Amino acid sequence: MAAINRDDVAHLARLAHIEMSAEELDRMAGELAVIVDAVKSVSEAAGDGVPATSHPIPLSNVFREDEVGHTFTAEQALSGAPDSDADRFKVPAILDED
Amino acid sequence: MTETNSTELIRLSAAQLAAKLAAGEVTAVEVTQAHLDRIAAVDGGERGVNAFLHVNTEEALAVAAEVDAIRAAGGQAAEELHELAGVPIAVKDLIVTIGQPTTAGSKILEGWHSPYDATVVKKLRAAKMPILGKTNLDEFAMGSSTEHSAFGPTRNPWDLDRIPGGSGGGSAAAVAAFEAPLALGTDTGGSIRQPGAVTGTVGVKPTYGGVSRYGAIAMASSLDQIGPVSRTVLDSALLQQVIGGHDPHDSTSLPDPLGDLVAAARLGNVDGMKIGIIKELHGEGYQAGVENRFNESLELLKEAGAEIVEVSCPNFQYALGAYYLIMPSEASSNLAKFDGVRYGLRVLPEEPPLTIERVMGATRAAGFGDEVKRRIILGTYALSAGYYDAYYGSAQKVRTLIQRDFEAAFAKADVLISPTAPTTAFKLGEKLDDPLAMYLNDVATIPANMAGVPGLSLPGGLADEDGLPVGIQLLAPAREDARLYRVGAVLESLLEAKWGGPLLDKAPSLAELVETQEAK
Repeated sequence: MAAINRDDVAHLARLAHIEMSAEELDRMAGELAVIVDAVKSVSEAAGDGVPATSHPIPLSNVFREDEVGHTFTAEQALSGAPDSDADRFKVPAILDED
Repeated sequence: MTETNSTELIRLSAAQLAAKLAAGEVTAVEVTQAHLDRIAAVDGGERGVNAFLHVNTEEALAVAAEVDAIRAAGGQAAEELHELAGVPIAVKDLIVTIGQPTTAGSKILEGWHSPYDATVVKKLRAAKMPILGKTNLDEFAMGSSTEHSAFGPTRNPWDLDRIPGGSGGGSAAAVAAFEAPLALGTDTGGSIRQPGAVTGTVGVKPTYGGVSRYGAIAMASSLDQIGPVSRTVLDSALLQQVIGGHDPHDSTSLPDPLGDLVAAARLGNVDGMKIGIIKELHGEGYQAGVENRFNESLELLKEAGAEIVEVSCPNFQYALGAYYLIMPSEASSNLAKFDGVRYGLRVLPEEPPLTIERVMGATRAAGFGDEVKRRIILGTYALSAGYYDAYYGSAQKVRTLIQRDFEAAFAKADVLISPTAPTTAFKLGEKLDDPLAMYLNDVATIPANMAGVPGLSLPGGLADEDGLPVGIQLLAPAREDARLYRVGAVLESLLEAKWGGPLLDKAPSLAELVETQEAK
């Protein structure tokens, strides 16, 4: 399996929406390379015939009655928002100016 | 009330406090005030334990006064009071509460107030347990030392230069420092049990789904579990009985109750039980003093009539690696919601263009600490195209292998036993620059989360070489939490008989430690 490098980290940071400085990218790449190296044995541990487990105690068909329960008022829902306007969350431009 | 009474009150267990409250020997306001006074004396800022991020004085005293009024009025309302009514509790700051800030130990949520209560908090309120405040943790519960908190580390009450474990170091330290008789924690890979081990307290990770996760800010949803922190096994049983049970708000919540845990803790009998030593979870890599105390506990259980057998769980060697793929993968997804739009911090980029994408990048860069960023990047990597099968897919297969190991082990033993952590508390700063060394603290606690089985850590004594607490971990099959309390209570009473009292009686005077720290 390929090792993780600085370019990978820069790409992943963009995907994860975390701005990183050049110094941070260098440091993070070094630390992550060590961690990835330590966990790579996992890929050889289980054979093809082993099924995957996503939840430790699987429950199936978890239903509830289709009834309106507790709902927040707009004021409550917006109480922690950094910015709001007319009962809505307010954000900067979604698209680039150009 | 005299100061002596106050000092004595804070050293009582929750069960003892409950009995005194019911008998009218003490009021809930006195009990709550005694703990608030203790917090004021030993917790503060730079010099203190720093277990609390927020102290909830007014509300806690109001709830206590309400309990006292109901009790004084008598009649049906007094009779219907919960056994733990008036017994105060601290809540890990990963669990949301109305009326108090919830930070998750992160700058990105600093100052945020939840508009709703977690289910476990609702249950504490229904039982009329005064909430003393919110306890410190590694940011978003990511860490084993609380050093990753954005609000400074918590210090270990046994030695203020050492870590209290993590991520729930605040809850464990609060209980060890007699700032609270009880606390709530969350355990994703050991965050309740490992702090319990290094602070000489009791911590329990219930069966996955045994306690509702609704209102616990999610790190890794398939691993996270809320559970009790206390100084005695019985107290943890009492608390799990309060917070456990089905919750329609959590679709992974188990529909059936887990039985009478308090009765199990009071039963106290291991005669004829088979207790399995996990070959892979002791010996090499474990501190000598930890190993000695572990062997001593085995001898005591044998003398009490238990049969000690050895079991092998060969796939546990891959548990840590698989955990550090699954947990970051789930965390990277869960933490995507912190984007500066609906709550918390918003940071604007220094230069244009001012688009939402760039606001997110700047907000998450400023709001998250290094460990959170590391895990988000690692998780994003493990889930990315081309690596998904090799990393996340393989880790999920290892999870199946770990479950099979547990199944085979529980065919041979009723309960499994191991040290909770490979070492005693290390010094603050010692492992901060070495993420991998930090991760190894959780090597013995992670398998339980991977398989969803319950685990309990209780004090096993002090390591010979450093005089610091050692934790003993018990593991039971899923839904068999009662067995942990049954065996744990026996081992606790045998050990305390040997020590001549609770382990925390051997801890140094915190008032003196805080003064020494101040002088430095």
